[in-house]
Amino acid sequence: MTLPNALTRRALLMKLGILFNGFIALVLAVPIVRYLLSPISREKKGAYDAWVALGNLEQFPSGQTRLATYRNPVVNAWDGDTGDIPCWVRNVDGQNFQVFAINCAHLGCPVRWFPQSSLFMCPCHGGAYYQDGSRASGPPERGLFEYHYKIDGGKLLIKASEMPTPGQASNIVREIRPCV
Amino acid sequence: MRLIKSISDWLDERLQIGEVIKETAEHSVPRETASWFYVFGSAAFVVFMLQIVTGIMLAFIYVPSAGEAWNSLQTLNHQVALGWFIRALHGWGSDFMVAIVLIHMVQVFLFGAYKYPRELTWIVGVFFLIVTLGMAFTGQVLRFDQDAYWGLGIGASIASRVPVIGPLIVNLMLGGPIIAGATLSRFFALHVFVVPGLLIAFVSVHLLMVIKLGINEWPMPGRVVRKATYLKEYHELTKKDGIPFVPGAVWKDLFFGGFILLSIAACALYFGPFGPSGPPDPTIIQTAPRPDFFFLWLYAVLSFLPPSMETPALLIGPVVGILALLLLPFVFGEGEKSWRRRPVAVLTILFVAVVLGTFTRLAEHTPWSPVMDAWSGIPIPSEFLHHRTALERQGALVFQVKQCHNCHSLDNQGGKRGPTLDAVAVRLTPDQLIRQVIQGGGNMPAYGKNLSPAETTALVAFLETLHPPGQSPARDAARAITLGSDTAAPASGHP
Repeated sequence: MTLPNALTRRALLMKLGILFNGFIALVLAVPIVRYLLSPISREKKGAYDAWVALGNLEQFPSGQTRLATYRNPVVNAWDGDTGDIPCWVRNVDGQNFQVFAINCAHLGCPVRWFPQSSLFMCPCHGGAYYQDGSRASGPPERGLFEYHYKIDGGKLLIKASEMPTPGQASNIVREIRPCV
Repeated sequence: MRLIKSISDWLDERLQIGEVIKETAEHSVPRETASWFYVFGSAAFVVFMLQIVTGIMLAFIYVPSAGEAWNSLQTLNHQVALGWFIRALHGWGSDFMVAIVLIHMVQVFLFGAYKYPRELTWIVGVFFLIVTLGMAFTGQVLRFDQDAYWGLGIGASIASRVPVIGPLIVNLMLGGPIIAGATLSRFFALHVFVVPGLLIAFVSVHLLMVIKLGINEWPMPGRVVRKATYLKEYHELTKKDGIPFVPGAVWKDLFFGGFILLSIAACALYFGPFGPSGPPDPTIIQTAPRPDFFFLWLYAVLSFLPPSMETPALLIGPVVGILALLLLPFVFGEGEKSWRRRPVAVLTILFVAVVLGTFTRLAEHTPWSPVMDAWSGIPIPSEFLHHRTALERQGALVFQVKQCHNCHSLDNQGGKRGPTLDAVAVRLTPDQLIRQVIQGGGNMPAYGKNLSPAETTALVAFLETLHPPGQSPARDAARAITLGSDTAAPASGHP
């Protein structure tokens, strides 16, 4: 028995032991946190800025809007069909293109193109967009997400790797404002 | 019998647990709590056990890989003996679990059980509800079908709206830049390891407190909870008018738990498993994703919020709701327990029930969604076409071809997104109709660029015929004066 306030050798050793384990936990936490944050740190940096081919220009006739699909540049072998991403390609006038993400700018549901009324409509909450991607009506706060594109060797390429969401549009050309 | 006795004696000599179990089982509870109102907590526990067992059984077959999960569910449904039934049990068990946890919560709230000294029991219960909903959502993701895929997209879109770190949260949630294999793997880990671990921890603490603090006594009007005297009063109550939990009260728990299991099995047998719906192939865009039953109300809320309100409501709403639940026992830790003396509590429950019920019901009909194939699949009812001129019928054709029917209904057929047009001619004059069609507005797209003048004329001529037989269409009284002629004729010009 010792006095309550006196620091005995054993009590000191116990405290040192706790300190030691705390230190080890801290050391181990670094790689663990690093591992958990890997989706943010983006190891495959190059793929995020890749140009992806959507197909030959002949597939997208002038004045029309067609569905195209591409294999996402950042994929794993077991991703299956989920690596195939659709998008809408609008050939404005034979020279200029617009490539829209399939995801509604409201909550990401797949929008469908109706050539007869020249509208994109969303099946989830009824967002509607004009043919140039600008917001027509419904809950979306903005127009459709639009990808950067370039034409190279008769092919249409876009810069895509990330699912666009209302808060994240890093690989997106610009925000399409509704025409007033 | 002697053999069993000697084995159990041998075990208990080493485990030293028999006395504790006996004491726990026979602890005294207030007589009136041996009631059918006090069976929901134990029923939730029983369903949780069922979920663990069926979940483990499903994991024997299920493949948590984006490329294979859907196929493995097909195998479970069609090739493994009674695989469909285990899936159905797990799916229905999940719905029953959420329902029973909610009913339990309502009962506890109305009986004032969250008051002193059971505040922490309530708080743990709130976390239990949150993780139960977490299980329901992650479970829906593991049914890796079209609804799951786009449901994840909706989740990501909501998460992305968090200021500053939203996009990072999306990447963390999806395990990468898109919904893919990494997403399914992490939701599998959450659904099978992380969240159940939390559930077990919460259940243990919750149960421990129920036993240590004693079950909430039957609330009597006028019996007021005071921190200074409550423990003594409760102790006296259990002493004076108590019965042992086993067997005094437990038989009702057993019967109700069994009845719930039977109901789940009956639903599973009769209705079968949930889906899977189409394969999780994002290039199949002919889909209208819908959340599972307990998230339908949220689906409805998301369509009714004005755009500017959406992000604040989505991000602040849940925080406020959870905070309110957590603070409840601290703000109202004392006082009357009986619902007869707590009209606001009763009204709150009724209000929340009516709101959630209404939103759920609405979400089952999704009046805000365009009917994507109404223009090609739902004909205009013939009474709208009888005795019409060629121009008016041409207008009806425009109405179909330009997808007006996707958002506007005629005779209750077609989309409900916009107003029904059965009597639109009574509401709008020809000029107003033209302006509405051309310019849109009021949440309608402008069709000016997509309709030729001839099409507009025909369409408005058709719309002008849409009025009840005894009622004449609206007309602009001033027009006759300004133009100096009668304008009974349908609109022919273009603005």
